[in-house]
Amino acid sequence: MAYTRTAHSATSGVIPGFGLSLGYTLVYMSLLVLIPMSAIFIKASAQSLPEFWATITAPPVVASYRVSFLTSLLAAAINVVFGSLLAWSLVRYNFWGKRLVDALIDLPFALPTAVAGITLSALYAQNGWIGSLLAPYGVKVAFTPLGILVALTFIGLPFVVRTIQPILQDLSPEFEEAAATLGARRWQTFRHVILPALLPAILTGFALAFARAVGEYGSVIFIAGNVPMVSEITPLLIITRLDQFDIAGATAIAAVMLVVSFILLFLINGLQHWTARRSSYLSGEDGV
Amino acid sequence: MSGMVGGLHAQQHGQTYYESNPATREARWVKWGILAVALTFFALFLLLPLLAVFTEALRKGYTAYWEAIAQPDTLSAITLTLIATLIAIPLNVAFGVTAAWSISKFDFRGKQLLKTLIDLPFSVSPVVAGLMYVLVFGVNGWFGKWLTAHDMTVIFAVPGIVLATVFVTFPFVARELIPLMEAQGNEAEEAAVSLGASGWQTFWLVTLPNIKWGLLYGVILCNARAMGEFGAVSVVSGHLRGQTVTLPLQVEILYNEYQFSAAFAVASLLALLALATLAIKLYVERRTT
Repeated sequence: MAYTRTAHSATSGVIPGFGLSLGYTLVYMSLLVLIPMSAIFIKASAQSLPEFWATITAPPVVASYRVSFLTSLLAAAINVVFGSLLAWSLVRYNFWGKRLVDALIDLPFALPTAVAGITLSALYAQNGWIGSLLAPYGVKVAFTPLGILVALTFIGLPFVVRTIQPILQDLSPEFEEAAATLGARRWQTFRHVILPALLPAILTGFALAFARAVGEYGSVIFIAGNVPMVSEITPLLIITRLDQFDIAGATAIAAVMLVVSFILLFLINGLQHWTARRSSYLSGEDGV
Repeated sequence: MSGMVGGLHAQQHGQTYYESNPATREARWVKWGILAVALTFFALFLLLPLLAVFTEALRKGYTAYWEAIAQPDTLSAITLTLIATLIAIPLNVAFGVTAAWSISKFDFRGKQLLKTLIDLPFSVSPVVAGLMYVLVFGVNGWFGKWLTAHDMTVIFAVPGIVLATVFVTFPFVARELIPLMEAQGNEAEEAAVSLGASGWQTFWLVTLPNIKWGLLYGVILCNARAMGEFGAVSVVSGHLRGQTVTLPLQVEILYNEYQFSAAFAVASLLALLALATLAIKLYVERRTT
């Protein structure tokens, strides 16, 4: 009750429902998210430490960390480059079909991952629209780690565009005008004025795309080929352990992934605060 | 939302404000270079896959397309997907509204942590999410013995699929409503209460009309994810045909059986759902900006 009273005193204290709404929120979240999630750590800690360590450092598992980490990193980097150019084009230029392009940026959010997976593997297979163009040069994409990269690039793109786009929109042109008045060339203005302003958003977009890519399963498994030690991602190993009824093994690997998720979540939170602070400073009082 | 700046300052020849202002304008070749690279990437990574889904789906003609969709396994997958979605949406709407109410209308310690925790399901791999429920409700899980004794199954059955769906769509509504209600402040509700409205009256007559578009937006995103979830559902499904197979899992089954056209036919239904989602999203954004 004392807690309720402090809560009310923060506002004018007339709005009802604090206890009920917070109580329901906490109960629902605990039942659905927190308690089941704790099951991973509790089950994982039931194993002896050497056993746990052996599971999470077995060569195929370590190889999968490498594949997941490197392809996710590379996909996020690709998205930062092309996503920034797309956000820039959507904010700064007018072109035919701009509304369509803007709307379809969110396609990877809306398209089920399994659909993305089979479609990308059809496109990049040896006889696919893109795969057949690459085949004469000896480039194989589908069923290799390159295929994983393609799938992760697809699913990560909107995170980058949708993080940079609003910041770029709110960026007051006065800074660029001031730079131009002071004699800066366009490239110098970009390098020393625009890029630093966008940096927090770019890093946030990168982190969001990376976090999504690390855990991604549906779009990857169809195009990866899933060759052990070469193109197996970490989430797939959890599934294979489960299929072999090795629940302890699956849980140990899942615990590692959860820890990585937590770290990324807090990192992204920090980045988002930085982005918000920097943006409110740079957008000027009256916007554009 | 995009082009707001360009729209406000629209100049002749369809240029944006930036293009007409010498201080914010690039050389022509730079502009065309950026556009060419960005739009090529867009075409390659977004447009082409979208076209490919429908091309592959119709490769064997309309008859084969309809046969793939009308087969009993696909129809039962559609039913199960709808059931899971229709349970997940109201649950997560109720959660989203109450969570947003407590976070936006009151100040309390740990609020920031609560907001972070609400986002948690987005950063957890869907496979890990599925595994969580196996550990709790599976045969060897925490409640496994009890469930078996009472002749109930959760994992490899419909309840597991519903749980996994609710989990992965958990943050959508709350995430849309929290910033919206925070921005709107408390004045309207305080006025209503001081004029004698009850808490429920205040919510239904004052708050709800103000948040309806944000709520709809959250529901649309929740719906798309619920119908399309693959990883989490895959872990708890057991892939029992006609019983625990959702639409995305049906796509996988057909694909793994080399029935590619049928797989893409079912996939095209989900692609249409994605397009409808984007269209409604666009409409809601127009209404609110």
